[in-house]
Amino acid sequence: MQWETVIGLEIHAQLATKTKIFSGSATEFGAEPNTQASVSDLAMPGTLPVLNAEAVRMACLFGLAVDAEIAEHNRFDRKNYFYPDLPSGYQTSQMDHPIVGLGHLDITLEDSSIKRINITRAHLEEDAGKSLHEDFSGMTGIDLNRAGTTLLEIVSEPEMSNAKEAVAYARAIHSLVRYLGICDGNMAEGSFRCDCNVSIRPKGQTELGTRTEIKNVNSFRYIERAINSEVQRQIELIEDGGAVVQETRLYDPSKDETRSMRSKEEATDYRYFPCPDLLPVVIERSFLDELREQLPELPTQKRERFEQEFALSTYDASVLTSSREMADYFEAALAISKDAKLTANWVMGELSSLLNKDNLDIQDSPISATQLGQLLVRITDNTISGNIAKTVFEAIANGEGDADSIIEQRGLKQVTDSGAIEAILDEMLAANATEVEEYRAADENRRKRMFGFFIGQAMRVSKGKANPQQVNELLRQKLEG
Amino acid sequence: MQHKTMAQLAQALTNKEFSARELTEYYLQRIKQHDPALNCFVTVTAEQALQQAEQADARRAAGESTPLLGIPLAHQDLFCTQEVRTSCGSKMLDNFVAPYNAQLIEQLNQAGAVSLGKLNMDEFSMGCSGQTSFYGACNNPWDNSRIVGGAASGSAAAVAAGLAAASTAMDSGGDIRLPAAFNGLTGLKPTYGRVSRWGMTAYASSFDQAGFLTRTAEDSALLLNVCAGFDERDSTSAQEAVPDYSSTLKQPLTGLRIGIARALFNGDLNSHIGEAVLASAEQLQQLGATLVDIELPHAEHAVAIATIIGTAEASTNMSRFDGVRFGYRCENPRDLADLYQRSRSEGLGELVQRRTLLGAYYLSAEQYQDYYVQAQRIRRLVKQDYMEAFKQVDLILSPTSADLPRAVNATVDANADFLTQRYTVAANLAGLPALSLPVGLLEQLPVGAQLIAPHFHEARLLNAAHQYQQATDWHTRTPAGF
Amino acid sequence: MLTHQDVEKLAKLTQLALSDTALAEHLQALNQTTSLLSPIKNIATTTIEPLISPLEINQRLRADVVSETNQRDRYQSLAPAVENGLYLVPKVLD
Repeated sequence: MQWETVIGLEIHAQLATKTKIFSGSATEFGAEPNTQASVSDLAMPGTLPVLNAEAVRMACLFGLAVDAEIAEHNRFDRKNYFYPDLPSGYQTSQMDHPIVGLGHLDITLEDSSIKRINITRAHLEEDAGKSLHEDFSGMTGIDLNRAGTTLLEIVSEPEMSNAKEAVAYARAIHSLVRYLGICDGNMAEGSFRCDCNVSIRPKGQTELGTRTEIKNVNSFRYIERAINSEVQRQIELIEDGGAVVQETRLYDPSKDETRSMRSKEEATDYRYFPCPDLLPVVIERSFLDELREQLPELPTQKRERFEQEFALSTYDASVLTSSREMADYFEAALAISKDAKLTANWVMGELSSLLNKDNLDIQDSPISATQLGQLLVRITDNTISGNIAKTVFEAIANGEGDADSIIEQRGLKQVTDSGAIEAILDEMLAANATEVEEYRAADENRRKRMFGFFIGQAMRVSKGKANPQQVNELLRQKLEG
Repeated sequence: MQHKTMAQLAQALTNKEFSARELTEYYLQRIKQHDPALNCFVTVTAEQALQQAEQADARRAAGESTPLLGIPLAHQDLFCTQEVRTSCGSKMLDNFVAPYNAQLIEQLNQAGAVSLGKLNMDEFSMGCSGQTSFYGACNNPWDNSRIVGGAASGSAAAVAAGLAAASTAMDSGGDIRLPAAFNGLTGLKPTYGRVSRWGMTAYASSFDQAGFLTRTAEDSALLLNVCAGFDERDSTSAQEAVPDYSSTLKQPLTGLRIGIARALFNGDLNSHIGEAVLASAEQLQQLGATLVDIELPHAEHAVAIATIIGTAEASTNMSRFDGVRFGYRCENPRDLADLYQRSRSEGLGELVQRRTLLGAYYLSAEQYQDYYVQAQRIRRLVKQDYMEAFKQVDLILSPTSADLPRAVNATVDANADFLTQRYTVAANLAGLPALSLPVGLLEQLPVGAQLIAPHFHEARLLNAAHQYQQATDWHTRTPAGF
Repeated sequence: MLTHQDVEKLAKLTQLALSDTALAEHLQALNQTTSLLSPIKNIATTTIEPLISPLEINQRLRADVVSETNQRDRYQSLAPAVENGLYLVPKVLD
C-alpha cells in the first residue's frame, strides 16, 4: 500500500507588543512570577479588556506580507474552558471573523523548486499563563505573567506532503515574522510554537484521513522528527488493522515518538460566542495603504532580487535571505568585495561553519561584514590565494585585526612575480628530477596524477603563497617544454 | 431628616445647619437602629464614612460647595471598593477585599460623597426578589411579608427606609427599576455606555449599566452629572458629551410627545397598576405633553431573548470564580477538578448555578444557532421597534411592574423572575435609558411607571420625571415606621 | 427538551458538582424555562444581523504603553494558596 502524507501547521507567534493584548501590563520575558499580572489579567470582578493598537498593526503587517484578504471588520470571541493558566475561564480569541483571511507564502524546497503554501487565516488571541510542575508539596504553581500576551495564530491549509516541506514552511514563516519585526522568533523562549496536524491516506485518494495534532513543537529539528515518527505510527497502526483516532499528541524527543495527551482527550464544547466586552474592530483601507508603505523588502522579493541582481542560484539566494540579518550581512560584505558569487560562497561556507561551530547568530559574528568584504577584495585582487584567505579569516575571527594587517604581519602576500615563481619551480623541479623524467615518459592519465604532485610540491616550497594559476601555467610550460 | 432628598441635604449643609460629620453620624445611627430588621447592608464602613465626612467638611470650609459634598450614599455590593469587602451577595466573594475602586466609586469619592457601606443584593444579580443573597433576604420596609425586589434589593430598601440619602446599583434587566417601583423610589438606568462598567461585577456584559435609586429625579441628575462620561478602561464606554442634567430639569413639557403601546396594558398586568400608569400619563398631559399611540411589535419576545442572551453572557462571566486566585476555595481539594467543582458548587448559590447551566445550554454547539444567534437577531428587531417609535415620540411610557411584589413565601416557578422583567428588559436589550418613578399607591404599596428615552437623552427623562414630581407627591411617600 | 445527561454534560462544562436531587431540580427548571423560550424559533430572521452590543460603535484601540505596575504582594494577599509568588493548585497532569 502506498501512502501519502497530508500536513497542516498552526503556528502561534507571540507578537512583540510591549504590553498585553487587552491590558497595559508589561510583557518582558523572564520577569519574576506574577509581577506582570494586573487585576484584569487576573480576571478580578469588574475588569474589562481594551484592544492593543500595536497588536492590530502587527497582525495587519503580516496579512499584507502574505497577500492576504484583510476584512473591514473583525471580531473577538470567547472560547470557554477551565484551566488554571486561563484566569477568566475563557480565552478571548477570534473564531468566525479573524483579522487576516486567506493568503499564501512561497517556500523554497530542497531541490530549489518553489511551492506555494496557502494560509487559511491568521487571528489574534491572548496567550495563557504557565504551569510549573516542580514540587510545591504535590501542587502545581501558576505564573500568569504570560497570560494575556498577544498571539498571532497562523493556520496553513493542509498542503504540505512531507516533513521537509513542513519545516521549510515553518522556517519561512519564522523568517517572515522576524523580517517584519513583529516576533522575535525565539523558539526556546516559547515565542514561536508549532502545532502539526498530520494525517495519511492511500496514494491517489482525495478524501483526507483522520488527523492528529502534535502540539507545541519548539524546534525545526523536532518538527521534522515528530512528523516523521507520527506518520510512521499512523501507517503501522492502519496496516495492523487499527484506525487513527483524532486526538492531541505531544512529541517526546528522548524517545523520538509522539504520545497521546491525557488531559485533552475528551472533545470539549468551547461554546464560542462574540465577546460582549469588545466591539467590532474596523480596519480602514487607508490604514492598510499606509502600512503597505512600511513593509520592508520581504524574503521572497529579496530572494528574487538576489537571483536577478547578483546572478545567484535560487538555492544560494534562499539561504542568504533566510534571515534579514544574514541578507543584510551579505549585502554589506558585497558592497566592499563587489563579487557576489565569491561573497555568497564565503558567507554560506566558512562563515556559516564558524557560526554553527560556536552556536552563534550572525548578529554576533566575530568577523564583521566589512572585515569579510575587505578579505574577499584581497582574493579578487590576487593579494592572497583562496587557501591563504582561510587562514586570514580565522585570524580575523580570533580578533587579531583586519585582513591587511594580518597579511602584512604574517607575510602572507601571494607571490605573483613570474620570475620569482619560475625560480621556485626551477628549485622544486631540480629537487625532483627523477619524477620529472617519469612525467615526460608517462601517458595522459599518469601525467594528470603527477601534475598534481608537482603542484603540491610547488605550493609547499612557496609556503602556499605562490599564485596558483601562475604556478599552474608556468609549471605546465616547464614540464612540456 | 432621614427622608430628605440629596438636594435638600446639600442645601442644609451649605446653610451650615449641620456638618457632614453630623449627617453621617445620623445615618450610621439609623443604620444601627433599623438595618437588623431590613438586612440592607452587607458591610457598613463606619470609620471610612466618618473620615470621608470630615474631609468633606474640610473641603467645604475651604470654599467648595459642590452638590455631592458630604452627602451619605451607599453602594450595591457589586461595585469594587478598595480595601472593602465586595461580595456580590455571594459566599464566593465573602472574603474578597477588592484591591481597586470601580470607576463610579472613584468619581463619587472625588465629588466628596460619603460611602456608608455596601448594600445587599440578589447573588451575582441573579433574581428579582431580593431573596437569593448569601447574607439572607433583604426585607421590604413597606411590607415585610412581601419581597423587596431585586437584584438591587438593599439599594432600594436603604433609601426607602432612610438609611442612606441615595444609592448606586446595576441594572441588567430591571434590577434598579423594579425595586425602585416596589419601594416608591426613582430608579434610573442610563444609556448603555453612559456610565463606566470598570469595577462593576458583570452579569450580562451587553445589558449591564450602573445607575441610581433616589427619592427624586433631581437627585438622580446630580449623581448622573458626576458619574456619566467616557472611561478608557471600558471598551463599551461611550464618548458622547455629558450635558448638565440639572440645568434642563425645569424645562416645560409643552410639545413633549409621549408614546404608549396599548398592547402592553393587556394580559397579565394588574389593572389597578395599569390605571395608575395611565393616570400618570394624564398628569403629564396636563403638564403639556401629548400622548401618542405606538406599537412595539416584538415586545412580547423581550423576556425570551433576554433570558437567552443574559444567561449566556452571565454564565461565562461566572467562570472566573474558580477558587484559584481569589474568593472561596473548598477545603482540601483532591485534584484540580475537585477544586473547581467543589469551590464553585459550595461558593455559588443554587440560582447562580442554575443560570450558569442555562446559559451554557444556549451557547452549546447544538443550540447556539437556534437560541443564542436567533435571540440576537430578534434583539435587533426589538431595538428597531424603539428606533421607529422614537421617530414619532420623544418618550415612551409603560408600567414598570405587572403586579405588586409577591409574598415572600409564595412558591414560584422557574420563569417567574424572568417574567417579572417583562416591561423593563427591552431597555437593556436596546441599550436605552429608562427610569421608574412612583405614580401611585395600591393597597398602600408603591406603584411605579417607566419612562424610556432615545439613546443619551437622559436629560429628557429626568426633565419629564422632575416636572411630574413638582406636580405630584407620590415620590414623597415613605414606609411607616422608618 | 433537555435530558438528565444533557444537564450532566452542562455541569461538567461549567465545573459544577451536582447531587442527583439538585440535578433533577435543575433539569426541571431548565426545561420549564426552555419551553417558555421556544416560540422564538418561529420568528423569521434570516435577513436580520445579530445585535451583539446595543450601541453599535466600533472598538477603540489602546496605545502600546505600559500602564500597570507590579502589585503582586497586594493581589496575592487575596489568594487561597500561594508559594514563591506562584498560585498553587492541585498538581495538573498532562
